[in-house]
Amino acid sequence: MANLDSKIPEGDLKDKWSNYKEHQHLVNPANKRKIDIIVVGTGLAGGAAAASLAEMGFKVKAFCYQDSPRRAHSIAAQGGINAAKNYPNDGDSVYRLFYDTIKGGDYRAREANVYRLAEVSNNIIDQCVAQGVPFAREYGGLLANRSFGGALVSRTFYARGQTGQQLLLGAYSALSRQVGLKNVELYPRTEMMDLVMVDGRCRGIVARNLITGEVKAYFAHCVVLATGGYGNVYFLSTNAMGSNGSAAMKAYRKGAYFANPCMVQIHPTCIPQHGDFQSKLTLMSESLRNDGRIWVPKKKEDAEKLRKGQMKASDIPDEDRYFYLEERYPAFGNLVPRDVASRNAKERCDAGYGVNSTGKAVFLDFKYAIQRLGKDVVEQRYGNLFQMYQKITDTDPYKEPMMIYPAIHYTMGGLWVDYELSTTVPGLFAAGEANFSDHGANRLGASALMQGLADGYFVLPYTIQEYLADQFNVPRMDPEKQPEFKKAVEDVKAYINKLMNVKGKESVDSIHKRLGHIMWENVGMARTKESLERAITEIQALRKEFWSNVFIPGDVNGLNVELEKANRVADFLELGELIARDALHRNESCGGHFREESQDNGEAKRDDEHFMYVGAWEYKGEDKEPELHKEDLNYQFIKVQTRNYKTGK
Amino acid sequence: MSEDIKGLNLTLKVWRQKDRHTQGHFETYQVSNVSTEASFLEMMDILNEQLINNGQEPVAFDHDCREGICGACSLFINGRAHGPDDDITTCQLHMRKFHDGQTITVEPWRSGGFPIIKDLMVDRSAYDKIMQAGGFVSVSTGGVPDANAIPIPKPDADEAMDAAACIGCGACAATCKNGSAMLFVSAKVSQLALLPQGKVEAARRAKAMVAKMDELGFGNCTNTGACELECPKSVSISHIARLNREFLKANLKD
Amino acid sequence: MKGFFKSSIGKKFIMSITGCFLVLFLTFHMCMNLVYVFSAEGYNMVCEFLGSNWYAVAGTMILALGFVFHIVYATILTIQNRKARGNDRYDNQNLPAGVEWSSKNMYVLGAIVFLGLLLHFSQFWAKMMFAELAGCEGAVPDKFATPGWETASTDGAAWIGFYFSQWHNVLLYLVWFAAIWLHLNHGFWSMFQTLGASNSKWIPRLKTIGTVYSSVIIGGFALVVLVAFFKNCGA
Repeated sequence: MANLDSKIPEGDLKDKWSNYKEHQHLVNPANKRKIDIIVVGTGLAGGAAAASLAEMGFKVKAFCYQDSPRRAHSIAAQGGINAAKNYPNDGDSVYRLFYDTIKGGDYRAREANVYRLAEVSNNIIDQCVAQGVPFAREYGGLLANRSFGGALVSRTFYARGQTGQQLLLGAYSALSRQVGLKNVELYPRTEMMDLVMVDGRCRGIVARNLITGEVKAYFAHCVVLATGGYGNVYFLSTNAMGSNGSAAMKAYRKGAYFANPCMVQIHPTCIPQHGDFQSKLTLMSESLRNDGRIWVPKKKEDAEKLRKGQMKASDIPDEDRYFYLEERYPAFGNLVPRDVASRNAKERCDAGYGVNSTGKAVFLDFKYAIQRLGKDVVEQRYGNLFQMYQKITDTDPYKEPMMIYPAIHYTMGGLWVDYELSTTVPGLFAAGEANFSDHGANRLGASALMQGLADGYFVLPYTIQEYLADQFNVPRMDPEKQPEFKKAVEDVKAYINKLMNVKGKESVDSIHKRLGHIMWENVGMARTKESLERAITEIQALRKEFWSNVFIPGDVNGLNVELEKANRVADFLELGELIARDALHRNESCGGHFREESQDNGEAKRDDEHFMYVGAWEYKGEDKEPELHKEDLNYQFIKVQTRNYKTGK
Repeated sequence: MSEDIKGLNLTLKVWRQKDRHTQGHFETYQVSNVSTEASFLEMMDILNEQLINNGQEPVAFDHDCREGICGACSLFINGRAHGPDDDITTCQLHMRKFHDGQTITVEPWRSGGFPIIKDLMVDRSAYDKIMQAGGFVSVSTGGVPDANAIPIPKPDADEAMDAAACIGCGACAATCKNGSAMLFVSAKVSQLALLPQGKVEAARRAKAMVAKMDELGFGNCTNTGACELECPKSVSISHIARLNREFLKANLKD
Repeated sequence: MKGFFKSSIGKKFIMSITGCFLVLFLTFHMCMNLVYVFSAEGYNMVCEFLGSNWYAVAGTMILALGFVFHIVYATILTIQNRKARGNDRYDNQNLPAGVEWSSKNMYVLGAIVFLGLLLHFSQFWAKMMFAELAGCEGAVPDKFATPGWETASTDGAAWIGFYFSQWHNVLLYLVWFAAIWLHLNHGFWSMFQTLGASNSKWIPRLKTIGTVYSSVIIGGFALVVLVAFFKNCGA
């Protein structure tokens, strides 16, 4: 099973993707009609893939757990999408976007994939504009750009603070068109419960209709998982309540390798937590760091007074404010990458300078931007974000600085895929956040949208044909008759019954919260050998408790929200351990993964000698340790450096 | 929550309904010591946790992103779509909008176009069907011109964005005394009619979407304007005027 | 245009066009009534002129047809809308401030307007027309014959004087006018909205124009009634 062949095409970096497309196998139009493809997830990657594949002539079945494809969590991305258009004439290029992404990812991503991503980034903008996505424009009628963390150029396209929404609605409209044309069959409120394997290939899925409770198998010549990230392992995250890692975990158990699970991004600008009852954390777009200045009080006594509510932030004069990012990283200032910004916030709070009643928050101040640009301009740029902040916190950010704190946001890790986005299971592909491919150890702002759409519109529709080229003569299978499908359905039903029959005392949410607590405390922003080992033991114990004490009210037939949650949490309980295991083995600090053992004056210290590889985990069976496979990263076209956001050179 | 903070004690009157075909009814529940910092849905979580701990089935309601953008959450709270606050969805409604001892009535969307699935959850797939009829620009992936090839006046792009902000939550039809989906339909028709990319098939789109909306049994707009006031994204009824205009234009052509 | 009038917007279009027509009619009617304020004879001349012209008769027919369409379509739309609302009603619904009461009750207001119209017809139009058709222009029904009222039944001014000398008629008409004002106040901008002739800038403007316009029209009607009352109440 030495199948970690990433299938990177030959040739110069610039030519790899063209070479690939020019020489790959294709499926002729008449045969496309004979081929079924299942796409699970309808976010940017899944929606775009389902639409594009259907446009090409394949017969697509699209599944999502939401009531409509338009509600996938891609919709919540606020700030923007990167592309190397160089419209502002500030020196951007495909290479520079590629370079920034690799560097931002702390040299843990695959060169060829990232270069391809940068290459197709421009097509994405063209495509979205053609679909009627109302990007922000200048008075001359051309597209506007703004800057984002980790970059020295303005390459981010945006639609107010709702870029993800607009891009998703673009993909959703393309998908809707194909549903109308009957090229896509849509299965909303339907959750994938397992894959179906026939002769070593993935040939379909078993899914549960969330309304009727019906468990049914669906056939396809191949399956695409575009099911997003697994940040909800931590219970509190910026993910949607329903976001889950179950599809990926089911695939993992069927033989797909799980790559870099420990690489989890903690976003620096979230609204701080306020209570135990809290259900999720709300992100404030990173674009705020363009004009907002981050600070904490210089004096500890000021911080204490702020915590007790004895003074207001605006009472502190400028000379008593510590703009720690600007002072520590002069070249990038407040626009350092997310991992750096998050860790610095934690460092300040741990040192006792945190604000808010909990002491776990720093200020993001727009006073200076308002002085410089005027309230109108600030309102135009961030009005909806300010309104959102005010609705949640009841504080007016035009008058008092915002308070922010890091929160789990994105998972760089995911199913291992090769250059073709194929997992280690033949016939199973993974796209978007669900795969591990392009962001290395840290994702730059405005790159998730780019990657999701790149995979869905421009990569998968090509690479999937390489697999399907000889599949048209595989006749469609009848899930009602084919024994593998029938067995898969029975297995899923048995699994559901097992969950229902625990009949314990504790609610699913309560166990999930406990898991989240273990994860955040031990596998959060700063990890140590001890904390990770502790996490593994505690999660194992919690998993046992779950399987002996979880309580799911209601019935298997019909809508049962608790059952849905239990299924997801059962997978999180395994995934959490996998994350901790991966974090434990990776004894270095890189990107979002920070090991306290590996640092240099408080700055993360990467260990390229020992860890310049992708760690892909193979499932070995229940309660058995997974096996690690390594895909070495060979940087041929980029010079590996220590990330430096201080000097700009 | 620490002991010294006194939260709200509330009486909840919640609509319970087993499934689409069963008659529903109101149930009354008590929740105590709810922080004013909590969101409305977090308060519902507390209620559900309480129900589960008593061995009862929790109240089913739609929600997902909990940051006001996915459009999944609904709920008619004390007589208003998305509750007693303006320009927000239910998930952004906070308990500081309520007072201690208050009785809160929680109902599902009630509109012919949105049949109830369970408790407070409704079926809004009709909106998807309307979109499938024409809520798109017929371009396939690839082969499109450069993004800057067609300049678009900023005011047009901005107005298109105002319309495009629609999250498809259904508050418009739910609040409309006529169960009309015009605000939803008009938002998409208007957005795409304002942009040169969408203008090409504006006539076809307007006709197809209106035909589907009628077919699905949504009511007729009588310009009460309740929809725009309850719309969490403040989509203006001026888009309905544009839809009417586009529809008339389309019909005059043939 | 195939299927246009069957579509929801097409039906609304009919409401809007016929409504527009009725607004124009009201304007004209009000102008005509105002003549009474200045001269009863002048008013009768206008009546006679309108009664004896074929195009005036044709106009009346078209007007009647417009009315019928407006009412029939309002009924169809209202039935459809009730159905679209579904069987279950909210236990409690508080619309936010800003939704005009009239906009929610156009059908009810329309019904009041219609009832008022029946009264109006029976008091004026029917009697005058009947008299004309029967050729008894000089005859006044006995029960209306009061001393000093030696006028013909086609004498509109006399009817005005007669009816509006009675306070309960004045009251009924003022209530009726109030209903028309409300109906008109919403109907005016709504008409433009349905025709697509408005946008975010013009919606508030049209609303203001509509309010001013309906106030002028209804003010004119009410003025005539009040003038007639004060002229004749002592008689």
